[in-house]
Amino acid sequence: MALEAIAGVRGKGVYVPGDDIDTDRIIPARFMKCVTFEGLGEYLFYDVCHHEDGSAKAHPLNDERYAGATILLTGSNFGSGSSREHAPQALYRHGFRAVIAESFAEIFFGNSITLGMPCVTAEKGAIAEIASLLEKDPDLVIEIDIAKGVIAVADKHFEAKLPASAQTALLRGRWDPLAELLEGEEAITTTAARLPYLAGK
Amino acid sequence: MLRDMSLRVRMPERTFATVDHIVPTDKRVEPFDDPLADAMIKELRNNCVEHSITYFDLDSGRQGIVHMVGPEQGITQPGTTIACGDSHTSTHGAFGAIAFGIGTSQVRDVLATQTLAMSKLKVRRINVDGELGPGVYAKDVILHIIRTLGVKGGLGYAYEYGGDVFDRMSMEERMTVCNMSIEGGARCGYVNPDQTTFAYLEGRPYAPTGEAWQSAVERWRSIASDPGCHYDDVVDIRAEDIAPTVTWGINPGQAISIDEQIPIVEDAPESDKDSLTEALNHMKLTSGQSIKGEKIDVAFLGSCTNARLSDFVEVAKYLKGHKVDPKVHAIAVPGSQIVKLQCEELKIDQVFKDAGFEWRDAGCSMCLAMNPDKLIGDQLCASSSNRNFKGRQGSPTGRTVLMSPVMVAAAAVTGMISDAREVFGVSKGVMA
Repeated sequence: MALEAIAGVRGKGVYVPGDDIDTDRIIPARFMKCVTFEGLGEYLFYDVCHHEDGSAKAHPLNDERYAGATILLTGSNFGSGSSREHAPQALYRHGFRAVIAESFAEIFFGNSITLGMPCVTAEKGAIAEIASLLEKDPDLVIEIDIAKGVIAVADKHFEAKLPASAQTALLRGRWDPLAELLEGEEAITTTAARLPYLAGK
Repeated sequence: MLRDMSLRVRMPERTFATVDHIVPTDKRVEPFDDPLADAMIKELRNNCVEHSITYFDLDSGRQGIVHMVGPEQGITQPGTTIACGDSHTSTHGAFGAIAFGIGTSQVRDVLATQTLAMSKLKVRRINVDGELGPGVYAKDVILHIIRTLGVKGGLGYAYEYGGDVFDRMSMEERMTVCNMSIEGGARCGYVNPDQTTFAYLEGRPYAPTGEAWQSAVERWRSIASDPGCHYDDVVDIRAEDIAPTVTWGINPGQAISIDEQIPIVEDAPESDKDSLTEALNHMKLTSGQSIKGEKIDVAFLGSCTNARLSDFVEVAKYLKGHKVDPKVHAIAVPGSQIVKLQCEELKIDQVFKDAGFEWRDAGCSMCLAMNPDKLIGDQLCASSSNRNFKGRQGSPTGRTVLMSPVMVAAAAVTGMISDAREVFGVSKGVMA
């Protein structure tokens, strides 16, 4: 499976402040009763964006100035909790193509990379500075360079970190690991024969 | 996903399925009232037939929360690698298995190849030594660990639990602790296999028998960590420092012992102030107040953290002769059909029913509200589950206070968050 190499993401940004934003908040469980991921985008952050009667709450994602943003900026431990892939799927289907945070919960991070949605970490101060630049000019274009590990906004540059394995996977278009795993069929057969509980020994 | 790619399930004989999140726990007649849940169970059934996957269905007598079913059937064994599309898969680590919660695409990878692409984890050894006080349970141990190390303290780590307290714990208690590893940010958590593990597994449907059993036990013993081995980090906790613990906020690390006061925002580090304020606002609580005495609306005894036989046995011991406060809606939800049956054979269900609890069928129920069991409005729920996130129990403004099962029972009968030791005169018990 040849996938597109993801060398960078370019687009408008939106800042959703907060630490430990969990996947129940990103996509409440009641919207997960589905057999495909289609249509999840409209339920992204549903309960923090809507009153119980369905009307819109004040939230960055409801702010017209940030409409069309493709890069989400947020705090630390983003995506904690449930392993639901529905969380990165909802972000992706809402239009996001990258997330910048102080840190990520691991299952969320893995699920996002597998979708080809880079998650990069930046210093708290850097995120605050980008957020304040966006506040002044919501139309600013943010550019994440995966190879160089740099976030460029206006004339400023900030460090973006990504584990080497994820960086390589994105740059080589191997962010979905299935193809590689399938190529390992021979090793899988050999290993399975060696494991007593698989070999029925 | 597999069908689209013309792939088959690589090892159907090592693949198991059950249904837990979406099943109603009161009215289980099909079709379910919820058409989406009904469509999901039918799809699962068809897929299991098509791919020759063993499926513990509602009529099997073996259905339940997946993290109960694996151990009950003896599928969960030391030294195995287990993956499941649910973050609480870490539960299976209690057996000395490496068990990961994974997303849907990774489930696809596992089904297609029986392998998973992952980065190597660091290992943190967490020792809990000493003697737990009366009324202090495995649930308190893990809430205390998360409170101490923080909800992101485990990022990049596998947690290895050990020390006197874990050596003495039953398998069910170990499962309660490993279950919530993910709430501390750890990718998985485990306890080294020992005689307690082997005794639990022996004779279970999928456990090896005869000579194979002997060689399996030998192999399982050999995989336990060697004394004096190197860890990336070691944390020591004194059992005596652990009290009955409850959460007051909107993540499992925002916890205090039942005697403590909720943190004072002004005294907190600058970086924590916003999240403390957000949590207090959601929970409608005040900085510096005691959590004890806070009125509850719902008592939920269930979930993959605490819905095993020993949980119900221990609660029943204290609940007998008490009545649930008339203002409280109390539900008891066994984690599996087997647990439900065992409780009924012991006539424990009657203790719960007499007290005023609803006695339900097996499932995840109000832990995550993907079924009809949900909080309404800003109801406050005393819950034996694992997550107190905003909206977790089905209402965006609903409020969850996590605690041990006996503490849930104490809250149910008093109608408020209470110290079970005072309500029931709790003495030393054995339970998760």
